[in-house]
Amino acid sequence: MILSIAPSALPISMRRIEKRFGSVAVLRDLNLDVEAGEFLTLLGPSGSGKTTLLMILAGFVRANAGSIKVGDDEIITTPPHKRNIGMVFQNYALFPHMNVFHNIAFPLKQRGVASTETAERVEKALDLVKLQGLGERRVNQLSGGQRQRVALARAIVFEPRIVLMDEPLSALDKGLREHMQIELRSLHRRLGMTTVYVTHDQREAITMSDRIAVMNGGRIEQLDRPETLYATPQTRFVAGFIGESNFIPVECRNGSVWYEDRRIHTAAPAPASGQHLMVVRPEKLRLLANAEPQSGVNVITATVGDIIYQGDSFVCYAALRDGRQLALRDYCRSDVLARMPAPGQPINLGLDAQDTILVASD
Amino acid sequence: MSAQSAFHASAGDLNAQSLRADARRESLRLLALLSPSLFLVFAIIVMPIGWLFWLSLFDEAGVLSSANYARFFEQASYIKTFVTTFKVAFIVTGACVLLGYPLAYMLSQLPRRAASICLIFVILPFWTSVLVRTYAWLVILQRKGLINSWLIDLGVISQPLSLANNLSGVVIGMTHILLPFLVLPLYASMKTIDGDCLRAGMNLGAGPVATFRQIFFPLSLPGLASGVVIVFVLCLGFFVTPALMGGGKVIMWAMRMEQTTSLYSNWGAGAALGVVLLVVTLALLGLFQWLLGARATGVWSSR
Repeated sequence: MILSIAPSALPISMRRIEKRFGSVAVLRDLNLDVEAGEFLTLLGPSGSGKTTLLMILAGFVRANAGSIKVGDDEIITTPPHKRNIGMVFQNYALFPHMNVFHNIAFPLKQRGVASTETAERVEKALDLVKLQGLGERRVNQLSGGQRQRVALARAIVFEPRIVLMDEPLSALDKGLREHMQIELRSLHRRLGMTTVYVTHDQREAITMSDRIAVMNGGRIEQLDRPETLYATPQTRFVAGFIGESNFIPVECRNGSVWYEDRRIHTAAPAPASGQHLMVVRPEKLRLLANAEPQSGVNVITATVGDIIYQGDSFVCYAALRDGRQLALRDYCRSDVLARMPAPGQPINLGLDAQDTILVASD
Repeated sequence: MSAQSAFHASAGDLNAQSLRADARRESLRLLALLSPSLFLVFAIIVMPIGWLFWLSLFDEAGVLSSANYARFFEQASYIKTFVTTFKVAFIVTGACVLLGYPLAYMLSQLPRRAASICLIFVILPFWTSVLVRTYAWLVILQRKGLINSWLIDLGVISQPLSLANNLSGVVIGMTHILLPFLVLPLYASMKTIDGDCLRAGMNLGAGPVATFRQIFFPLSLPGLASGVVIVFVLCLGFFVTPALMGGGKVIMWAMRMEQTTSLYSNWGAGAALGVVLLVVTLALLGLFQWLLGARATGVWSSR
């Protein structure tokens, strides 16, 4: 019953892609390799070039320079209808004058698939996206989630080498979006097609991807697995874009790191010299009982500001001596709540050396 | 418990009486606000048409009779006029579609600024009188007009072509005047076609021609249908252009009406012609509505 896509999954290799709109450079010397069968997400704020890159992959936007290879085939000049790449559009782009069946059958019809086989494959695709028996529905009779599934079925029914998705879940409400994230992920696991997914939602990217390419200003800032990206961001942008972060300026001297007069311990070897930023994630901070130095723990002294109760957890904002704000998040366990400081009170915050990351202060 | 029982007792509902009275007052006030326009509709549409219908029921001697309608079946010239009117309407509508569809398509694909400049050229003739435009065509198309003298000077033809004072003159003039009525609704509907749908078509393996044929064209049909309906209906009642460009050889419905009333002063017969034109037009609109759905006739509210 499962469409067999896995054997035909192909790697994509993009080399030195350049794209300018007038004098504005949207993509600059961009290189990216997507492995066969991988789920890779292009993550970035609007204007970072992620959608343009996807459009270049699909063939709707012509690059100024560069090479795209799918397997061994150069496709940079191939017209979109000959690329054999499935795509799910942000607004689904279902054909309003066709019913669900004909929407999904459309790519098969273009490829001259016989009508009995078409019916069979559309049926399987509907099955796969859990829309059995809805083939005769008109597009405007479907809910947002169902349209999403039809768009997905249409993009995979012809067993494309690659599937592209342009923020496909952004129009759905939160609950449905999270449900679809899991479903898309498991569909990808079953079919194994090479997938390039575009989103500006970092949680979505972390939930779904094998690897994430964080894009900013037309470049890839960092390309890594979600865990690596979160644990060891390499630039200030990545640290700020993925998860919550506060930054504390630190100084490196002779291979050791100093915050004011305190030495900071890091897991990775410290840079030799210069100004850097320490990345502090709210959930990595702990409330300490006292200021006594402990091995492998950096202690930061601050003054409690607002404490915001969020049901399962709380966020405590604390001000450093220079006025900089730090956030601490912890779960509402009774032992934590018992030691909860009052606003205005001085506190000591602990950050494990393994969790202490430095990025260049640009 | 008391709230529960009050919920079910209709007479004892809180303020129900005064709320109902308030609703009644509001609808009366709305009716009062509407009354000027209702009066206008009655005075300038319902009354004259009713009067027209009334007039058509009396013959020349002022006696109540069906003679004015019987004439349609008895006199061959009436039937001929009827056939001519529909022939011209079909040809002009066809010509408008052939010229207007590519034009609207081009306009819809142009960048916004270029499209609005081109649209001005589509709308510009609207601001010129129909009479002036018709005479301009006469100057261009007549026996010694611009086209004939150019073609003869270039040696393409030796005898002047008869372009004016016949059916072709009528068709050329009317097509020019009615083209914007097709292009504008068609352009509006083409602009609403989602570009992503066309991209999706190509992405799924349809080449440019297949994408146009299977996606763009079907999606533009509602706009085309409303343009066709407007042009066709306007053709049926057209007067100035066929009167001037037809050279007396192409007699359309409205010209017949003018002849009957001003030449022969037979108001009953003229009124009957008007009633028949109105009924035929309404029947056609009904037919279009039935065939194409509300979108075709609800022109300006398309989507």
